[in-house]
Amino acid sequence: MSSSVATKPSAPPPKAAAPARTQRSVLSRVLARPEVGALAAAIAIFLFFYAVAEPFRTLPAFATVLYASSTIGIVAVGVALLMIGGEFDLSSGVAVATSALAAAMITYQFSLNMWVGVIFSLVVALAIGFVNGYLVMRTGIPSFLITLSTFFILQGLNLGITKLVTGTVATPNASALDGFDSARAIFASDIPLGFMTLKVTVLWWFFFVAVASWLLLRTRTGNWITAAGGNQASARAVGVPVPKVKIGLFMGVAFLAWFLGMHLLFNFSSVQSGLGVGNEFIYIIAAVVGGALLTGGYGSAVGSAFGAFIFGMTTQGIVFAGWDPNWFRTFLGVMLLLAVLVNLYVKNYAAQRK
Amino acid sequence: MSRIGRPLKVLAAVSAVALAAACSSEGGAQNEGVDAGQEYTIAMITHEAPGDTFWDKIRAGAEAAAERHNITLNYSNDPDAGEMATLVQNAVDSDVAGIALTLAYPDQVGPAAQRVAEAGIPIVAFNSGINDYQNYDVPMYFGSNEQLAGRTVGERIGQDGGGKALCIIQEQGQVALETRCAGVTEGFPNTEILYVTGTDLPSVQQTIGSKLQQDPSVTHIVTLGAPIAQAAQQATSDTGSQAEIITFDLNADVAKAIENGDIAFSVDQQPYVQGYLAVTALWLNLTNGNDIGGGQPVLTGPSIVDETNIGPIVKYAENNTR
Repeated sequence: MSSSVATKPSAPPPKAAAPARTQRSVLSRVLARPEVGALAAAIAIFLFFYAVAEPFRTLPAFATVLYASSTIGIVAVGVALLMIGGEFDLSSGVAVATSALAAAMITYQFSLNMWVGVIFSLVVALAIGFVNGYLVMRTGIPSFLITLSTFFILQGLNLGITKLVTGTVATPNASALDGFDSARAIFASDIPLGFMTLKVTVLWWFFFVAVASWLLLRTRTGNWITAAGGNQASARAVGVPVPKVKIGLFMGVAFLAWFLGMHLLFNFSSVQSGLGVGNEFIYIIAAVVGGALLTGGYGSAVGSAFGAFIFGMTTQGIVFAGWDPNWFRTFLGVMLLLAVLVNLYVKNYAAQRK
Repeated sequence: MSRIGRPLKVLAAVSAVALAAACSSEGGAQNEGVDAGQEYTIAMITHEAPGDTFWDKIRAGAEAAAERHNITLNYSNDPDAGEMATLVQNAVDSDVAGIALTLAYPDQVGPAAQRVAEAGIPIVAFNSGINDYQNYDVPMYFGSNEQLAGRTVGERIGQDGGGKALCIIQEQGQVALETRCAGVTEGFPNTEILYVTGTDLPSVQQTIGSKLQQDPSVTHIVTLGAPIAQAAQQATSDTGSQAEIITFDLNADVAKAIENGDIAFSVDQQPYVQGYLAVTALWLNLTNGNDIGGGQPVLTGPSIVDETNIGPIVKYAENNTR
């Protein structure tokens, strides 16, 4: 006797539910930006000095702070992009002096128009950037070591060539040369706004930050920079031209160092060959305080601007506050540490909200 | 090999050029000296941070004296006290005939200088260490009395009816600079110190500008180096301050600024003379057994340069001897 077991027809398997797209709030998205921590730190430091230093509240003082920030921020923009691309440039400080010296000496020694010196020094600066990038990509030696070598080479060349050409360690005063005034108008003029007078470097700084932000956020090159800094091997695998990108970034830093060098020359008319040493660390500090990671692949141009602004506010704010100058460096260190801690707090808060 | 072959070749070529340039930079012996007597090698060791026009003048003076007396001058420098002491020992190991050095860091460099003196090698101090050189058996000193120079400035500010002075130090912790400002304060008590980073002129300008905005009562700014004076000029111009600028040391631009009335006066310690006398004194000691100064420092300053005597000095400043 056989018995048949009736089986219920199996129900069709339920359709896999489409993964619900997590709607991140506007606040979460804003907090995830690399520069937000630096913005928060900048606001905190601004409010602090606004409270403790009466002169800090005046517009002329604010103009001085912006000027101090711009002379750091111009090169820091390039350094930030380079760090996002996963590299360092320790020669950027002396490259500023190299550019200024090159322009002054070639013009003065050959009695040329100042603009010839400006263009010549631009070529020199871009060549330095190219050599840095080329050596890093060609040899595989870390950029820290390559550019440290360049730092020493340039420091020696600045001194040796200046002495060889001028007979002393500074360039002659260039203010009487043809083209000096027109170049000064571009690189070192004052912009009267009625309520305050801004240095032209401040406007150039804003311009360079805007261009760098557009490059990073709105172009394919920006994606390449971030990819090359995040994981070089993976970036190569998906067709990113890593050598071109990185050489371009080094040349970008060199270009901005050249620009600041021109400001140095046209602001002071003569240049000492020992200038610029140590400033490379300030540019890196501005980029890092602005949210760039030392490991690469993360950061923003606007963040570097906030980092430079923090540094400018702190250095000038301490003076405005009239604090004991013997403790200047201590105050500076404490303020920068506080800025980084605020930055970190905001980042951690953003991570928890995800 | 191909990855790094070409960069290495380029580097080798650059190194060869640099070495060739370096080998031709020793002062003195290559030029036919006026004195055709015995040739000596003298080491000059300073705390110079490379690329400063002040030290350039010291070296120019030393090289002029070396050329004059048929001396080979081995110049070396390091702003780090420990490294400077090592340079002194290097000079001894190189069997030089005499040593001229700066005593900016007496505690660190002084003992090395004392060992030189005890070894019977002629030694002179210059530029820094006026209060310390005798403690280390150094027989001669050429330089300015920084305290006296500072006090002279302070007293002159007082005579001008100054309200408040600002003394700008471009290298925190440097004894000679701190002493200058201490002297200014002694001569004019209402003096405030401001520290700046001397290797970053825009920053110097900005910091002085901020201070002038913070304290408009400043009537006099005292800078301790010629390039800093130029940055101070920019700062007063930016802020509309009427503060008078006084500076230590000279260069061509400062000389012109004094001539134009943009800088009140300069306190010149005559660095060219310091370098020249240090080498010449060693030569005299080596060739004639002379000691100069009778156990006292030989002062090269303070020499006040203002609108009354700037005329002929401008061209010397352009020649890098003032």
